Amino acid sequence: MDTFIVGLIAAMFRVATPLIFGTLGELISERAGILNLGIEGTMFLGAFVGFAVAFTSGSLWIGLLAAILAGVLAGLLMAVLTVSLGLNQHVSGLGMTLLLTGLSLFFFRIIFGERSVQPSIQAFPTLKPFGDIPVLGPITEQYALTYIAILLVPILWWLIYRTSFGLQIRATGENPEAADAAGVNVFRTRYIALGLAGGLMAVGGAFLSMAQLGSFTFGIVNGRGWVCIALIIFANWHPVRVLWGALLFGGLSALQLRLQSTGLKLPYELFLALPYLMTILALTLAGRNVSGPAAVLKPYRRE
Amino acid sequence: MARWKIERLPAPIWMRPLIPIAAIIVTFLLTSLLLLLAKANPFTAFYNFLIAPLSNSVSAIEVLVKATPLLFTGAAVTFAFAAGYWNIGAEGQLYAGAIAAAAMGISVKGLPPVLAILLMIAAGFAAGMAWALIPALLKIKLAVDEVVTTLLMNTVILFFVSFLLNGVWRDPISGWPQSPTIANEAIFPKLIPMARLHLGFILAWIVIGIVYLVLRRSALGLRMRSIGLNPEAARFAGVNVNRTILTAALVSGGIAGLAGMSEVAGIQYHLIDAISPGYGYTGIIAATLGGLNPLGVGLASLFIGLIETGAQSVSRAMGVPIYLGNVVEAALLLVTLSMLILQNYRIRRS
Repeated sequence: MDTFIVGLIAAMFRVATPLIFGTLGELISERAGILNLGIEGTMFLGAFVGFAVAFTSGSLWIGLLAAILAGVLAGLLMAVLTVSLGLNQHVSGLGMTLLLTGLSLFFFRIIFGERSVQPSIQAFPTLKPFGDIPVLGPITEQYALTYIAILLVPILWWLIYRTSFGLQIRATGENPEAADAAGVNVFRTRYIALGLAGGLMAVGGAFLSMAQLGSFTFGIVNGRGWVCIALIIFANWHPVRVLWGALLFGGLSALQLRLQSTGLKLPYELFLALPYLMTILALTLAGRNVSGPAAVLKPYRRE
Repeated sequence: MARWKIERLPAPIWMRPLIPIAAIIVTFLLTSLLLLLAKANPFTAFYNFLIAPLSNSVSAIEVLVKATPLLFTGAAVTFAFAAGYWNIGAEGQLYAGAIAAAAMGISVKGLPPVLAILLMIAAGFAAGMAWALIPALLKIKLAVDEVVTTLLMNTVILFFVSFLLNGVWRDPISGWPQSPTIANEAIFPKLIPMARLHLGFILAWIVIGIVYLVLRRSALGLRMRSIGLNPEAARFAGVNVNRTILTAALVSGGIAGLAGMSEVAGIQYHLIDAISPGYGYTGIIAATLGGLNPLGVGLASLFIGLIETGAQSVSRAMGVPIYLGNVVEAALLLVTLSMLILQNYRIRRS
C-alpha cells in the first residue's frame, strides 16, 4: 500500500480519538435522558486541566486524572442544574459551555500569564506494537489513548446493553416514570451518567492538549463538541456506530489535510463542513424515524 | 425536633422583577472567590467592573457599542423562544447577515445613502431569514429537533466565511482574510462625533420596540405565546402551529441577521471571521436574564455590555484576566435560571 493511504489511515484514528471519547460521553448522557450541550466546554476544560496539571506536576498521568476529575465535576454541576433543578437542558448546557470555557481561559491566564512563547509539555508518546513492519507498523503507531478509545466502544456497549446499570440508564432515558415505579432511582442514575459522561468528554479534550499538541491553545477544541452532538444522531445513539461515525469524520478530515498539502485546489472548508451537512441530510432523510431516547429534554419531577 | 420540608408555592408577583437583581448579587458573590484567587480585592474589582466604565463618557459610550449586537440577538432569541422554538442558531444567522451586508456594502456605491442603508438592512434581514429557513422547515415538516440543526448551521457558516475570506474575498493587496471595505454610502452614521456608537444602536431599540408590540399586542404574538405555553392546546384552539412557528423562526433569524449587518456597517466596514465573539450565544443570556420580556431583554443587553466593558477595565487596572467577564456572564445565566425555578418553592417548618 502506498504511503499516502497508510498515512491517511493512521491519521484517521488520531483525528477520531477525541470524537470517540466525546461522543461516547454524550451517548451515556443522552441515554439517561439529558442532552448535554456542555460537551464543548467540558472538552475545553479537560484540555486545559490536563495540560496545566501535567505542566505543574510534571506527570502526564496525574494531569490526565485531574482532567477526568474536572470533567466529572462539570458533569455533576450539569446534573444539579438539569436533574435536581429541572432547568431547560439547551440553555443550561450552553451556559455550562460558556462557563467552563471562561473558567479555563481565566485560570490559564492566572497560571501562565501572558507569555510570548506558548508553554508546552512533553506529550504522551505513541506506542509501536508492530515496530517498523511496513503498513501495519505505521498504522498501529498510535497513542495509548487512541487504543483506550477504541476499547471503550465494546466496553460501553456491554455496559449499556448487558448490565443492570445500563438497563437503568436506558429506562431512565426512555421512561423515567416507569423506571421510578420499577424501583430505579432516576435522580441517582442521571447523576452517575452525567458524571461518567463528563469524565469521558474531558479525556477527549485532554487528548488534544496532552497527546496531539503538547500545548494548550484557545482554539484547541474548535467545535469538536458540536461534531459529537452531530455524530450521536448519525450513530443513532449506538456505541458501535459511534466508532464508525468518528472514523468516517476522522478520515474526511485527514483526507482534507492531505489533499491541501498536495496543493490540490479544493475548498478544504467543504470537507470540514461535510460531516455537519451529512448529519443534517441524514436527519432529513430519516425524518420522523430519527428518535433519540424519549425522555431527553424532559425534566423529571417526582410528585 | 423541627422538621423542614420543601413545598411548591409560587412567589408573589411583586418578587418577579427582583429575581434578576438577586441573581446579579449571587453571581458577584460567587465571582468574588475567583477574584480572591487572582489576588485581587473584590471591592476594588467590582468598582472597576460596574462603576468605572460609567464614570467617563468614553467608556460609557463603549458600553452602548458593546450592547448593540446583543440587543439584536437578544431580541431574536426572545422572539423564537416565546413561540417555544429553540433557536440556538442566532450566531450563524448573525454571520449570514454579516456576509450579506459585506456583499451589499460593496455594490451600493453611488446610491443615495438613505437608500444604501435601507438596502443594507434588507440584505441583513433576508440573509438571516434564509439561514434560519432550513432548520425551521425541518422542524415543521419532519419534526427534526431545531436545537441540533441550528447549532450545526452555526459551524457550517463559519466554514463558509472562511471559504469566502480565503478565496474570492481575500484582500488582494494585504493578503489579510477580510472582504473588501464597504462603500461610504453603506456605512452607518455615527451618533456621537469621535465615538464608535452608530445608527445600529437606534435600529436595535426600534427592533426591541417592534418585538414588544408584536409579542404583547398582536394576534400573531398571542398565537406564538400560546404555542410556547402549550402547542397541543394551541392547535386545539385552532392556531396554525406550523405556520406560526415558521414565522417566529424566520423573523428571529432575520433579527439575528441584523446584528451581523450592524457590526459590518457600523464597526468593521468589512467581513472578518471574528466579527462575533459569540454574540448569538450571549443573546441567549440576555433573553434569559430579561425574562423573555423585550424591554427586560433590552436592559439585560445593556447590563451585559457593561460587564464586557467592565471586564476590560478590571483587566487593565488590576491585571485580572479579561475572561472574568465571560465567567460572570455564564454564571449570571445559570444563577438566573436556577432562581427562576427556586422562586416557586418554599422551605417551611412542618
